[in-house]
Amino acid sequence: MCGIIGVINRVRSVMDGSGIKKALSLMNERGSGEGAGYVGYGIYPDFADCYALHVFYDNLVEPKKKVDNLLEKWGRIVHQEEIPTYERPNLRKQHIPWRYFYKPHKDLMVGSSTPEDDLVKNLVMDINSCIEGALVFSSGINLGVFKAAGWPEDVADFYRIQDYKGYIWLAHNRYPTNTPGWWGGAHPFNLLDWSVVHNGEITSYGTNRQYVESNGYKCTMFTDTEVVAYLFDLLGRRHGLSEDLVVKALAPPFWDEIDTMTERDKKLNLAMRLTYGSAQMNGPFAIIVATSQSIVGFTDRIKLRPLVVGENGDKLYISSEEAAIRIMDPKVQNIRMPRAGEPVVGRLIV
Amino acid sequence: MEKIIIDAKGMHYTPLNRQIRQAVAAGIKEIEIKNVLGQRFIANGLRGDVKITIYGIPGGDLCMFMNGPECTVYGDCEHAPGNTMDGGMIIVHGSAGDAVAHSMRGGKVYIRDNIGYRGGIHMKEYESKKPILVIGGSCHAFLGEYMAGGLILVLGIGLQSPINDRGIGSGIHGGEIIIRGNVDDRLLGIGSRKVEFNENDLRRISPLIEDFCSKFNIDPNPLMDTNYTHIVPSSSRPFADKYTWE
Repeated sequence: MCGIIGVINRVRSVMDGSGIKKALSLMNERGSGEGAGYVGYGIYPDFADCYALHVFYDNLVEPKKKVDNLLEKWGRIVHQEEIPTYERPNLRKQHIPWRYFYKPHKDLMVGSSTPEDDLVKNLVMDINSCIEGALVFSSGINLGVFKAAGWPEDVADFYRIQDYKGYIWLAHNRYPTNTPGWWGGAHPFNLLDWSVVHNGEITSYGTNRQYVESNGYKCTMFTDTEVVAYLFDLLGRRHGLSEDLVVKALAPPFWDEIDTMTERDKKLNLAMRLTYGSAQMNGPFAIIVATSQSIVGFTDRIKLRPLVVGENGDKLYISSEEAAIRIMDPKVQNIRMPRAGEPVVGRLIV
Repeated sequence: MEKIIIDAKGMHYTPLNRQIRQAVAAGIKEIEIKNVLGQRFIANGLRGDVKITIYGIPGGDLCMFMNGPECTVYGDCEHAPGNTMDGGMIIVHGSAGDAVAHSMRGGKVYIRDNIGYRGGIHMKEYESKKPILVIGGSCHAFLGEYMAGGLILVLGIGLQSPINDRGIGSGIHGGEIIIRGNVDDRLLGIGSRKVEFNENDLRRISPLIEDFCSKFNIDPNPLMDTNYTHIVPSSSRPFADKYTWE
């Protein structure tokens, strides 16, 4: 059991992090104090064209030197600093959160239609699998993940997320079940523009992991959700599928449902199931994925985890619990429960 | 003092429940709780003759294990109101989440609008204890999953068809599900079957429909005919061949 919540302002008006902190804290019962995290989009307007790399360092000597060297080899570090943190009585600082604002040399990457993204993705995979004591947990442009092992309000106050302003926020409150609670295992999971929060288990993790690893990703965080971020990057960015189609690949309709569809839909769904059989996810899950353009929420096909949606003007909310949305926005309207496997998409309109 | 008012704004459920229990122990017969938002387990395990009125959105497992009180909610509920409830009543002027009346064993749960997935999962009955779940609107998949007893009634008021989701009565081995209008055969779960809904059945459930409608000020007359689908277990051991060998 975990708690998730996401919000998008579709006209890019920014919200500070205090609202999402309140919403996540309301769902404390869904966590165990072993992991909580937030991601905000649009939070770095001063470095809006740089990749913001957030790194957990075990120390600032050996691992950092190696990371600095690697980054300078493949691009330019525009600015770097320790991410400001504030001591909390209930939160033990286990790593040093650091951030780089980074511009990769795209000429160094050939044979790619998205050279900068691919270069940064390769750097993230290399650092996380080869440099001990360093973990890149956020690597998108003008966005940032803030996470740690602790309760939602403690993690929020540790980073003072109320000091950041974003037009999209996702948050997650963790109750680890199958893998240990640690800083890197807290959600959101991020790669490039994709961030994922997840309540549940991916029981098909082995198959899905093999599939993404055969496509150049490396799973290094000892938990299933990581694979969802890589599936979205592979299908959404590299294969160019829309959010709806990615969800169709990950949580496809049942065969007997496909049988009753029109010829056209049948053909599409059959092709999706045959092409992306290894991307299909099993097990109970409710997931929210964000990019700089949209958020999408969906559940497993038999709805073993809760998901509620609400709207207020330009804002769309997706959450495990209605009360969490209402504490953030008492005027929320059109509260509804999407059907199992149905993608709920909120896209920027400006 | 017969009635108290509690302002639950920002309050954790533990002190809230303590106040409720203290009030009931002191002989209070009416408790009004305002500004409820997400507090779980309200009236958990509560016994006695008391009326509770909740304004707001109570959190999960409202009235779990409760036996006796009547709880009215002006707002939506999250997951599993009436979880393993033993007796008494919940009346929700709104909708509710997944697993409503989960493992309920006695009493009544009335939901005015819609519910999520797995409503009435594993409801059960024993001798005179027969739990009843009535939904005014619609339901999602796996209604009455593994149901072992009791009655689920879905009225679908104002809707063409109250259920368009799969797995109705999946694994049902006791009790009955009655749904307004026609239900497509493909929506029935393993272990469930349809039987005729006749005048006797209507006579049997009429008082229930009238009671439900009176709580929400709805006219019961348009619901008083035999246009219902009656779903019962096809056997008392639907998975006999699946999990056991004899």
